Amino acid sequence: MEVISPSGPVWLIFLLPLIAFAVIFLLIKPLNKPKLASFISIIAVLGSLALSTWLLFSLLSSPEHELTVPSLNWLVVGGAINIQFGLILDSLTVVMLMVVTVVSLLVQIYSQGYMRGDPGYHRYFALMSLFTASMLGLVMASDLLVLFVFWELVGLCSYLLIGFWFQRPAAANAAKKAFIVTRFGDLGFLAAILVLFSQTGTLDIAQLHGLAAAGVLGGAVLTWVAIGIFLGAVGKSGQFPLHVWLPDAMEGPTPVSALIHAATMVAAGVFLVARMYPLFEHSPTALLTVATIGGVTAIFAATMAMVMTDIKRVLAYSTISQLGYMMLGLGVGGITIGIFHLFNHAFFKALLFLSAGSVNHATGTFDMRRMGGLKRIMPWTYATFLVASLSIVGIWPLAGFWSKEEILATSLESQPLLFYLALITVFLTAFYMFRIVFLTFGGQYRGDTKPHESSRVMVIPMVVLAVLAVGSGWVNVTGGFDQFLGHGEGHSFAQGFFGALAHPLAWLSQVFAAGGIFLAYAIYSARWLSAERIRRRFFPVYKLLSNKYWFDELYENILVRGILLNRFFAGLKFFDSRGVDGAVNRIADTVVTVGQTSRKVQTGQLQLYGMFIVLGILAIILAMYFTG
Amino acid sequence: MTLGLEHYLVLSVVLFSIGLYGALARRSAVIILMSIEIMLNAANIALVAFSRYVVPGLLTGQVFTIFSIVVGAAEVTVGLAIIIAIYRRRETIDVTKINLMKW
Repeated sequence: MEVISPSGPVWLIFLLPLIAFAVIFLLIKPLNKPKLASFISIIAVLGSLALSTWLLFSLLSSPEHELTVPSLNWLVVGGAINIQFGLILDSLTVVMLMVVTVVSLLVQIYSQGYMRGDPGYHRYFALMSLFTASMLGLVMASDLLVLFVFWELVGLCSYLLIGFWFQRPAAANAAKKAFIVTRFGDLGFLAAILVLFSQTGTLDIAQLHGLAAAGVLGGAVLTWVAIGIFLGAVGKSGQFPLHVWLPDAMEGPTPVSALIHAATMVAAGVFLVARMYPLFEHSPTALLTVATIGGVTAIFAATMAMVMTDIKRVLAYSTISQLGYMMLGLGVGGITIGIFHLFNHAFFKALLFLSAGSVNHATGTFDMRRMGGLKRIMPWTYATFLVASLSIVGIWPLAGFWSKEEILATSLESQPLLFYLALITVFLTAFYMFRIVFLTFGGQYRGDTKPHESSRVMVIPMVVLAVLAVGSGWVNVTGGFDQFLGHGEGHSFAQGFFGALAHPLAWLSQVFAAGGIFLAYAIYSARWLSAERIRRRFFPVYKLLSNKYWFDELYENILVRGILLNRFFAGLKFFDSRGVDGAVNRIADTVVTVGQTSRKVQTGQLQLYGMFIVLGILAIILAMYFTG
Repeated sequence: MTLGLEHYLVLSVVLFSIGLYGALARRSAVIILMSIEIMLNAANIALVAFSRYVVPGLLTGQVFTIFSIVVGAAEVTVGLAIIIAIYRRRETIDVTKINLMKW
């Protein structure tokens, strides 16, 4: 592997936003210059984008698509522990760098309009910078422990930004929920790291890959380690059954949802599986787990998305569903297929959120029942939202088509059952996305404010993202993306721009997508079918879906209250109050009793004391006399 | 029979023991004060005796004794004053009943 030179700029990729964070928090915030804060933040991420692009071209011109920089010693304890702070510069890293920097840049530009006049403007941009830095560090880290540190840092930023408007109890609670639920997944991840370290004595990712490939790391240990790592990904990427935090996370500002809870952080779980893929590859059980959880999550979340009335919540469930697709792609296909969908999804989903934010800015609500008719009032928002919707649904030739077809094609080859789930999900996706389109932009306006198109600073990033939502998939039209990511061994489904349509599967998915769109049109635009009547006809189903399968209640009442609070924590409390405190109290009581008894010796009678003094002196004299 | 140092010292010990017994066993504060004086004087006798027999030329012991008697007189004055004050307040000088600061 070639050493990249100069190596300084590579480190700057994630250091720039980190410096921006420090500068904004320490220097700019006391000055109270909001404009300057956003300016610094955007400049920093622009710098990171420029450096990432430079890195991308360096990688493209290097034969193995992989470069290296000298790493730094971080934790060296004797000869046993040697944790290096190093960077992996391979195609996976650089793809993620491009996604993070581009989306972060556009979202931050958009935020200048969306967050204008907010009292927490400095804090917002400082945290956005910190998040960007952590996310960039996460994708570049070469050591599992370093990766874990960044992993927790993005979780922290997510917590802080979901709870950005912490005065609102809902936001504060959602932040806590997100933090705690993901912790369950991180427990598995941490356990996997510890097991790996005890088994191999190293946490260097490249070395672990080598050990897994050589078969040193194998059998049940490898399977459990892979599943532990996947558990971390399940928490972070909102996969079933730890999906409950992501819809609530929509309490944060909408650009935050776009960047963190749609494009980047939630995709970190997918990235993690891709990064550790050689470990999964050698464990069919682990791969099957990934594929199954992914496929089930995809359809499970999509069903809930159909009945939500809050536009952001629909998008949140849609994100969970699409992340499920990515996991399915990883499980059945490989890194390239999952990451390709991640790449495309980042752009169109960020765009969907930004458009939803634009709608919210205009109408002051997220409730689709109080929108409608915005097509004429907000033409740019409508156009971009429509493009992104078509892309996520997977209509040829938009970005979503290319990655979704690959996932469908590979899952049909290896897991037919999951393929049917995924195919039904295509239909559901089309339905819920166009339900939003028709409810929000079609018909008559049902709200009571006067909506208007958003300012240029918000519209321009949306338009840029719309271009990406159309074209980002084209990088793989001839399999170029696969070859870049797969280090030469490309597996391409697509045979050219029109060649993709030669595949019968493509037509099948187009038909399913069109069917979903048509059903949404029939119900919410043409009103051939009454939504109200369908709801009453299938009331039990509707109730099940709108209550999110009662997962919140299940967790809250059974897991948290029933098992944790009443059993486990009550047991701990019993042990603490009776065992630990009991021992302390018993000792204290004994001392008090002894004291109460022995204080009687102190009669206060001076003559008695005197007698004891005399007796003592006599004893000493006698002792000296006899011992000489 | 000639009187030697031992005789004086035996007298001193006997007096000291009588004083000690009185100080520890009697209840009346006045008797206790008197007993303490006896112990003081037992020590004085020992001092003079040592001075006379051990370093005959010097008067150190005698001078020291005179100091001691003066101090003893002052102490009795103060002690009696305290006893009178206690008697005025509590109408007793029985030391077993003067136990205000006891638990």
